[in-house]
Amino acid sequence: MATEDNTQRLVDALVAGRDEFTAQWNRTVSGNLQGRLSTAELGRELGELYEAIVQALTAGGLSGRGEEFAEVRSLLIELSRNRARQGFTPSETARSVLALKDVLEPALTTDGHGAEIYLQFARLLDDLGLLTTEAYVRTREEIISAQAEQLLELSTPVVKLWDGVVGVPLVGTLDSARTQVVMEKLLQTLVDTNSTHAIIDITGVPTVDTQVAQHLLKTVVAARMMGAQCTISGIRPQIAQTIVALGIEFGDIPTNATLAEALRQALKEIAQDAEDDARGLL
Amino acid sequence: MTDRVPVLKIGDILLVSIQTDLEDQMVMDLQDDLSHRIVETNAKGVVIDISALEIVDSFVGRMLATNASISRILGAETIVVGMRPAVAMTLVELGLSLKGVRTALNLERGLRLLRRLTAAPADRA
Repeated sequence: MATEDNTQRLVDALVAGRDEFTAQWNRTVSGNLQGRLSTAELGRELGELYEAIVQALTAGGLSGRGEEFAEVRSLLIELSRNRARQGFTPSETARSVLALKDVLEPALTTDGHGAEIYLQFARLLDDLGLLTTEAYVRTREEIISAQAEQLLELSTPVVKLWDGVVGVPLVGTLDSARTQVVMEKLLQTLVDTNSTHAIIDITGVPTVDTQVAQHLLKTVVAARMMGAQCTISGIRPQIAQTIVALGIEFGDIPTNATLAEALRQALKEIAQDAEDDARGLL
Repeated sequence: MTDRVPVLKIGDILLVSIQTDLEDQMVMDLQDDLSHRIVETNAKGVVIDISALEIVDSFVGRMLATNASISRILGAETIVVGMRPAVAMTLVELGLSLKGVRTALNLERGLRLLRRLTAAPADRA
């Protein structure tokens, strides 16, 4: 019985002070967001949310996970998704909801009974705040996994540099999944273009550790077994120092500082082969 | 009785074209046949065409390396041609690098390489 009375009093207070509360809520939140969201949009979002909360309270219940709050929850999830996409931090997002506490505190805590009601309402808002953070994180994770997928597709082009020479400009870190994709593409391109020389350019690879070197070696060996010469180019001074410091052995795999040098070398070898062929035929 | 892989003689070159997936006994027979044929024909080069080979295991991978070594001892250069991308990737995953085996992209390039090698024996590794 006491709870219902409390809820009734809370609803009365919220309805009576609607304009004042929403205006103040708006001010607090927009101060937080420092003008990165238009006031009109924020006002609309918070207004809808306020109405939904009042309605849910009228329908009875102070539990944020209850049936009455379905509307509030879906509004909050929508709000969190937008915030996550626009690049706001999780605390900024959660504070949008929690700021309502600050707004209501002076109005409700005038007597002991009011303080009790305020505490109950604060608990409800905490629950809703948690919900926004949850939705925020979920959206972020969706974005991250979508990007990882795109990255894998985009980051492994195999280009034909010259007749008989293909190049693989590697950008980003090499892991076993990417090595597999690179290797597959490179070997297939060798067959398709009937190329004898392949150049793997690692200018865009930030670090080379033993693991990455192992992946590179595998790719080179596979290309060799197909009958192509494989060169690694684009080794920056820092990378060269790391490779030597780690004691990585590239064996008899030719390496070059720049792609240009590697291409020149490949073209020279192709010219030499052609010359030998001509001589052999005579 | 299992099938045998044919060893064809073209000039002073022996051509081994593997057209089916190999069983272990066929691999052993091939090694035997090939070494005999090199001695009989006094061949200078061997070309093993594996472009039709879709599945390899470590046994077949080792066979390629062994055949290359045997031929070299008998004075003939071996070139493995036409390896498929999937086969190359499998061999790498199996940890075989076929060191000391010469390879070429296809039969045509293999024959050209062989001609170059026999023309300039000083280059031989």
